[in-house]
Amino acid sequence: MSLFLDLWTVVAVVAGAFFFFAGTVGLLRFPDSLTRLHALTKADNLGLGLVVLGLLPQMDSVAAGLKLLCIWLLVLLSGATSSQWIARSLREGGSES
Amino acid sequence: MAEFLVGAAAFILGMVALGLLRILRGPGDADRIMSAQLVGTGGIAAVLLLGTATGEAATVDIALTLALLAAFAAFAFVKAKLAQTPGESRAADSQ
Repeated sequence: MSLFLDLWTVVAVVAGAFFFFAGTVGLLRFPDSLTRLHALTKADNLGLGLVVLGLLPQMDSVAAGLKLLCIWLLVLLSGATSSQWIARSLREGGSES
Repeated sequence: MAEFLVGAAAFILGMVALGLLRILRGPGDADRIMSAQLVGTGGIAAVLLLGTATGEAATVDIALTLALLAAFAAFAFVKAKLAQTPGESRAADSQ
């Protein structure tokens, strides 16, 4: 059972790291600000989510796991909201960026 | 397991460092704040991985603080940005 849980951690954390890699490549390579915003907010939040899911079996108690999930939820909510606001400031700022 | 978690944290921190190149290249302020958001998300992931590897429970609170700071930074940026262009938002909405 412990081996299975460790395997789950390894698989999920590697997948999460891959999504961080994808987010960074998108942030550096995409042609304009809106596509870069898209790459950043989707890929990185998914990467963090996979890392959190991978770390859940390593936690000592249920409360600690719930705390991890709460952090992910906070990041998701703030990321979704702030990306909408950043896109709005881009639209109203014109073509300068 | 601890070695693997530390290695994953190092990899994610490397990705965050690469993303910081966007601050140098710009071209707009929004691209730079996006890079700062990447530091927020990637920093949370790295801190959680390191905290689990070392068994330090307090690192979860550090991650929580980072999440709050990243959110506040983005909102402060947008508020300052929209304050620079007064009136335009109303005009854009009514079109």
